[in-house]
Amino acid sequence: MNFLYEPWPWYVAGPLIGITLFLLLWVSNKNLGISSSFRHVCAACVPANISFLKYDWKAEKWNLIFVLGVFLGGVIAWNVIGHPELIAISDATIRDIQKLGISHESGLLPSSLISFESFITWQGFLFMAIGGFFVGFGTRYAGGCTSGHAITGLSHLQWASLLAVVGFFAGGLVMTHLIFPLIF
Amino acid sequence: MIRWFIYLFLGILFGIILTKSEVISWYRIQEMFRFQSFHMYGIIGSAIFTGMVLIGLLKLNGGKAIDGTKIDFPKKVYNHGYIIGGSIFGMGWAMTGACPGPLFALVGAGVYPVLIIILFALIGTWVYSYFRPNLPH
Repeated sequence: MNFLYEPWPWYVAGPLIGITLFLLLWVSNKNLGISSSFRHVCAACVPANISFLKYDWKAEKWNLIFVLGVFLGGVIAWNVIGHPELIAISDATIRDIQKLGISHESGLLPSSLISFESFITWQGFLFMAIGGFFVGFGTRYAGGCTSGHAITGLSHLQWASLLAVVGFFAGGLVMTHLIFPLIF
Repeated sequence: MIRWFIYLFLGILFGIILTKSEVISWYRIQEMFRFQSFHMYGIIGSAIFTGMVLIGLLKLNGGKAIDGTKIDFPKKVYNHGYIIGGSIFGMGWAMTGACPGPLFALVGAGVYPVLIIILFALIGTWVYSYFRPNLPH
């Protein structure tokens, strides 16, 4: 059972994700996709007579229950199963982010960018508020996120999803290689 | 009622996989965008490969769900939002180090500041909905 405590390698995690999306489709006739949950919450809470938010969100309640499960999965995996002190990223990445002034600390992410304390600094605000805004705005504009387009869309051989994934990586590469050096 | 347990169970499974494979870590996403490890590419690639094979077998088998109903395979129709919105999401992905699924798993893992990111993601979704008629698609 020791392997449960170690980080799972890609060849275990990837196929399990593929099996999860297959089970969701085979058992429930539902396609995996997480970012639509943001739309359902907006439709439920602040529809404001916007036509894109006027639909029967209750018919999509399964998606919100799935998201609740993802949250509980995080609780179980991190707190019950256990986790390593440091995320074992490559030395090259550690060096690169240190050049930007970001330290490789314990936990899942650097607290200098994402924490309650850093939210009131301009860098923290940028990464949390603008970054979060881009995630919500961009996924809805693109009609899906990594789960909906990259994993589900490409599994279904949807060529349109491939273009969305090209967009995901284009944006991520521009941010990491061109904009990060300007921010730090 | 049992359906809700299936969604919850599969969500929990998905959340555990994302967390245990460290997909929810900001550091892993940086490593991916810097091409300094195969980890993320291996996960996404083998997830797609496994999904493709299983869905292909399902289609060969008549494309029926477990209860015998016909499964819908909705065709995604390209619009310019895929590239424009996709690039905007990509920038946010690199900044927050998380796509939407991992955001919820991160809160579960006790990283509560991520709730602020989720709040702004909701604001972003709402603002998109508001301006949707004026945006190129």
